[in-house]
Amino acid sequence: MAKFKIHLLVCGGTGCRASESEALFHNLKATISEKGLENEVQVITTGCFGFCEKGPIVKVMPDNTFYTQVTPADAIEIIEEHVIKGRKVQRLLYENPETKEKVVDSKKMGFYRKQLRIALRNCGFIDPENIDEYIGRDGYMALGKCLTELTPEQVIEIMKKSGLRGRGGGGFPAGLKWEITRASKADQKYVVCNADEGDPGAFMDRSILEGDPHSVIEAMAICGYCIDASKGLVYIRAEYPLAIERLKTAIKQAREYGLLGENVLGTGFSFDIELRYGAGAFVCGEETALIHSMEGLRGEPTVKPPFPSVSGYLGKPTNVNNVETFANVPVIINRGAEWFASIGTEKSRGTKVFALAGKINNVGLIEVPMGITLREVIYEIGGGIKDGKEFKAVQTGGPSGGCLTQRHLDTPIDYDNLIAAGSMMGSGGMIVMDEDDCMVSIAKFYLDFTVEESCGRCAPCRIGNKRLIEILEKICKGEGTMDDLDNLRNLSQVIKDTSLCGLGQTSPNPVLSTMENFYEEYIAHVMDKKCPSGQCKSLLQYIIDAENCVGCTACARNCPVNAIIGERKGVHVIDQAVCIKCGACMEKCKFNAVFIK
Amino acid sequence: MTTIKSLDDLRKIKSSVQSKLALRERSDHPDQLVQVRVAMATCGIASGAKIVMDYMMVELEKRNIESIVTQTGCMGYCYAEPTIEVTVPGKDPIVFGYVDTKKADQIIEKYIKNGELVEGIIPVNYESIDEK
Amino acid sequence: MEMIKLTIDNKTVEVQKGASILDAAKTVGINIPTLCYLHLHDLNITNKPAGCRVCVVEVKGRRNLAPACVTECTEGMVVNTHNIRVLNSRKTVLELILSDHPTDCLICSKSGNCDLQTLAQEMGIRQIRYQGEQSHYREDTSPAIIRDVDKCIMCRRCEMMCNDVQTVGVLSAVNRGFMSVVAPAFERNLDHSECTYCGQCVAVCPTGALTEVDHTNKVIRALADPSKTVIVQTAPAVRAALGEEFGLEPGTLVTGKMVSALKGLGFDYVFDTDFAADLTIMEEGTELLDRLSRFMNGDKTVKMPILTSCCPGWVNFFEHQFPDMLDIPSTARSPQQMFGSIAKTYFAEKLGIKRENMVVVSIMPCLAKKYECSREEFKVDGNPDVDFAVSTRELAHLIKQANIDFNGLPEEDFDRPLGESTGASVIFGATGGVIEAATRTAYEVFTGKKLEKVDFEQLRGMEWIRRAEVDFDGTPIKIGIAHGLGNARKLLEEIRDGKADFHAIEIMACPGGCIGGGGQPLHHGDSSILKSRTAALYREDAGKPIRKSHENPFIQKLYEEFLGKPCGHKSHHLLHTHYFDKSNPIEVD
Repeated sequence: MAKFKIHLLVCGGTGCRASESEALFHNLKATISEKGLENEVQVITTGCFGFCEKGPIVKVMPDNTFYTQVTPADAIEIIEEHVIKGRKVQRLLYENPETKEKVVDSKKMGFYRKQLRIALRNCGFIDPENIDEYIGRDGYMALGKCLTELTPEQVIEIMKKSGLRGRGGGGFPAGLKWEITRASKADQKYVVCNADEGDPGAFMDRSILEGDPHSVIEAMAICGYCIDASKGLVYIRAEYPLAIERLKTAIKQAREYGLLGENVLGTGFSFDIELRYGAGAFVCGEETALIHSMEGLRGEPTVKPPFPSVSGYLGKPTNVNNVETFANVPVIINRGAEWFASIGTEKSRGTKVFALAGKINNVGLIEVPMGITLREVIYEIGGGIKDGKEFKAVQTGGPSGGCLTQRHLDTPIDYDNLIAAGSMMGSGGMIVMDEDDCMVSIAKFYLDFTVEESCGRCAPCRIGNKRLIEILEKICKGEGTMDDLDNLRNLSQVIKDTSLCGLGQTSPNPVLSTMENFYEEYIAHVMDKKCPSGQCKSLLQYIIDAENCVGCTACARNCPVNAIIGERKGVHVIDQAVCIKCGACMEKCKFNAVFIK
Repeated sequence: MTTIKSLDDLRKIKSSVQSKLALRERSDHPDQLVQVRVAMATCGIASGAKIVMDYMMVELEKRNIESIVTQTGCMGYCYAEPTIEVTVPGKDPIVFGYVDTKKADQIIEKYIKNGELVEGIIPVNYESIDEK
Repeated sequence: MEMIKLTIDNKTVEVQKGASILDAAKTVGINIPTLCYLHLHDLNITNKPAGCRVCVVEVKGRRNLAPACVTECTEGMVVNTHNIRVLNSRKTVLELILSDHPTDCLICSKSGNCDLQTLAQEMGIRQIRYQGEQSHYREDTSPAIIRDVDKCIMCRRCEMMCNDVQTVGVLSAVNRGFMSVVAPAFERNLDHSECTYCGQCVAVCPTGALTEVDHTNKVIRALADPSKTVIVQTAPAVRAALGEEFGLEPGTLVTGKMVSALKGLGFDYVFDTDFAADLTIMEEGTELLDRLSRFMNGDKTVKMPILTSCCPGWVNFFEHQFPDMLDIPSTARSPQQMFGSIAKTYFAEKLGIKRENMVVVSIMPCLAKKYECSREEFKVDGNPDVDFAVSTRELAHLIKQANIDFNGLPEEDFDRPLGESTGASVIFGATGGVIEAATRTAYEVFTGKKLEKVDFEQLRGMEWIRRAEVDFDGTPIKIGIAHGLGNARKLLEEIRDGKADFHAIEIMACPGGCIGGGGQPLHHGDSSILKSRTAALYREDAGKPIRKSHENPFIQKLYEEFLGKPCGHKSHHLLHTHYFDKSNPIEVD
């Protein structure tokens, strides 16, 4: 039986494979068997290290040596020097770009990792249903510190200094919001946690509530202390049963420990939390709509001012923050505003959680410091585009964000840069598109979502978005005109300009940004009646290549609408007027004679 | 559960649970205790994490491996769910992705019992604030 | 009060803090167009959901356009109300609204009276660039109101009236996005809802989405039928408003011309609901005095206060919402129904015709009257006491269809005997009028003394809830008045909680009373019209030789010849009613 003493971990991520990591793997294996070390050294490929820039990567365990840019030729040296003689191969070690020192132990090179987990600090680490594990990780120490050592004003000052901005999408400074709510005088105030995560493909808040519910509870209590509220409400969508369950368990445990309820930690401060369930309307993520929904009214936004900080739930001052915003709070209190403010960019401090999705290899939940570039996120953390395709665009900010392109890849991600680029931070959805995606269809796809989710209160959003999608449908069918493009642009602008809430004010973004960045695709649809990506069914044609066709009749026999004409052993032709573009002919043809134009 | 009446109480609980977290108290042979964490967020459960967790608990006991299996939240590797993190005494934690019962069996037999790695390792690609 | 200085279209404006851009612009002669916005100044009713976005203006430094109706002025604000950006946006938004609106203006009952149509004209919309699918919803016809929500523009005025003012809570927005409309809960039909048919939704609807059930054709057919004797009664509030439909100043009394027109239309007898109002006072007043004296003599079984019951919207309201208090309102029928009852018994006998051959038409400022006359308890062997209740607006249409030059008509008198009335009955049409009329009679009956000063100013006005004490020769009588069902609710809750010590309360469902009824000419948000109509009614009262109901000589004759005494056996049968618990559990169909 083998008893391995040394493991060689070879990165099997797409990036590293592209730079010959497979050959490297084989060379390592070959060298090991050459030296007769099969029972002592194991070579294994792993998932992506998230360091594709310096690939291929080889990590040696158990001494945590981290080799970068390893070529297949380096295999022999690693085995001979490191494995056999125990001497690290200096030239392959990673060099700290700042100190120029070679890093010997990869444990000391956390900085290569593009991700930093603050809001997600306990996710995947503690048992979310065990309050002790949270307490063991500094849990409720921040609340204790606030209640015993700091005045509400001091806590607010820390929050303001930290530079934490609302993570729900708006980016309003959290400390300032707390300050305004504190300044509103009332007999009762409320802390509301917005857990109505509605962006398609986004699940940041759900993951936090499922993985670390206490961090949100603790932060809400801290907020309650600051704004003088004794009651907290979590507005959570009913489609998140596990998050609800974990949150309920956490609230129960916190109550049993006396961390919620009357006289918390003997300080006289009282605070408790209740849950309110949302039925899943996207617009209820907008804070005034959320409040109306909690009040039992129709979930639709109303004009601000008055802001909830002044008049919110039941007409009382209400501080609404998003789950991720709250999850940052205890860390800020424990580690200080300066520590937090040292991360990120000047106007966007700290980190942001993104749900990385679409045509990308490492789909998942990531947390990165503000200021990281899209390129780093997509190519290093995300492991690049699936199936080696070309990157085309990335959609940030959920359904009403914009599509950013190649030329935005090196833009540092923060609130202001994203808006300047025609998109937005939103709540943190990030959907990657490749060369196969038709940008007109993409715009239509997102608009379809906003049309469904419009509350119907204001005319431009209710009717305008519907008209936008109708025009896009027309274009995708090849029936669009140049006038339609003008109308599309004017209508988009008017909807943005006149809608009541953030939903309508941003819903045309996918249209405007794709028109801005991929206008040639619109022109192709309208003028040439072609969809360059071959996605718009009405615009593509199945054609039989006369040279390859042998007249086997397989296509004609399988065509459900009898659109294919031709004699046995003669060249077949597809009648485009009859063809429904089902693709059956292409599937059945054994001679690659059917192609799409 | 007893009520925590002051910050000092809270600190006391913290230090006691911190050592518990390190799992020194629950075992007669702390140097042999294997710790398994299963990512049990919606994404994990939807991909079969519950089955994997049950399997690990039952099988580790059956095979007389002193161990503790706990649930945790999302580790972020949604593309590779279900994911589990295995800590063998004296070694760094290792995250395995795409775990089903077959893979779990391999992990127990090869890695936990024998120190042999199996396919599907996911290198931790984030920095925790403890390191910062 | 803090003042704010700002610039609108290069004009400097100074307004009080809290004023909207819309209000500020008005002070310097700038009329920003609005659609969903509604402000009834004298009643303090406002609707500004900021939904139509027609009133958008450009505010310097602001990213998007601002709705003028809800945006507060701030110091130094620079506003532009008609630059190219604003005009393009406004027109585009209006085109969008029109693109989801049926274009059957030519045959729409609101044509010529439609705020959307007017706005489209004013804005010079000549084409709709953004055509597409239109949202469709089933039409809903009730006994009084028709909902054709394909024409709904989601201004939410009806919703505000139904919920905030009337607290009936039937209408609210349902569905989402493009499919959203205003409808009863669970999308029931109106006649399965708790709708009181007060018609205030119809009174504020800017389009043809909410209209009355039109009975004009049925009336024309009855008039053309030689076998029928068709008699008409006109409610007090109609005469103060009908002239508006013919371009006359609001508050113009057109009693004589109206009678003339009705005769011209071919009605066999033109009578006055006012007559029945006097009759109501006899019955209700007697009931009041009976309860009052028993109460004062310590009879614990007597319920106080007594509540008026002339308003059918109000009756529907308490049947639905306060079924535990059905024994408090007076059992007297409304004037419309008293009239019908007397017409089809006493008067039919006089004429020697069968009730089946008599058609009673009522001209009402009200839509709930349409429902009231269809109630089973007001029918004899299936034949209703009042056949058709026609609104003031429908009467105007009838007159126009009959080619009658209304303004050129001579003034004529009502026919006798059911056309004879007093000043007390005329003021039934205004809030406080019924109780004032009752007080005039009750005072004399209770004290046995002659009332010298018949004008009770303390009972008049537009305040939502009014409380007054009238000295009945040493006995203080406490009177409450509420108009608008939301205010009625407040008074009823006070009574239920034992906090009220009124002897009598008058309630009218509509703001302002019948003069503001759901069947009246549309006020388009100008509440001064309601005030002018009220003033007209009090003017008519002041000009009447007899101003106390019990002094109406024909009323006296009717009791002698036919009814016996007030609240006697016959009047109980013909002039009183009973109420039903309609608090049916929610049924979803």
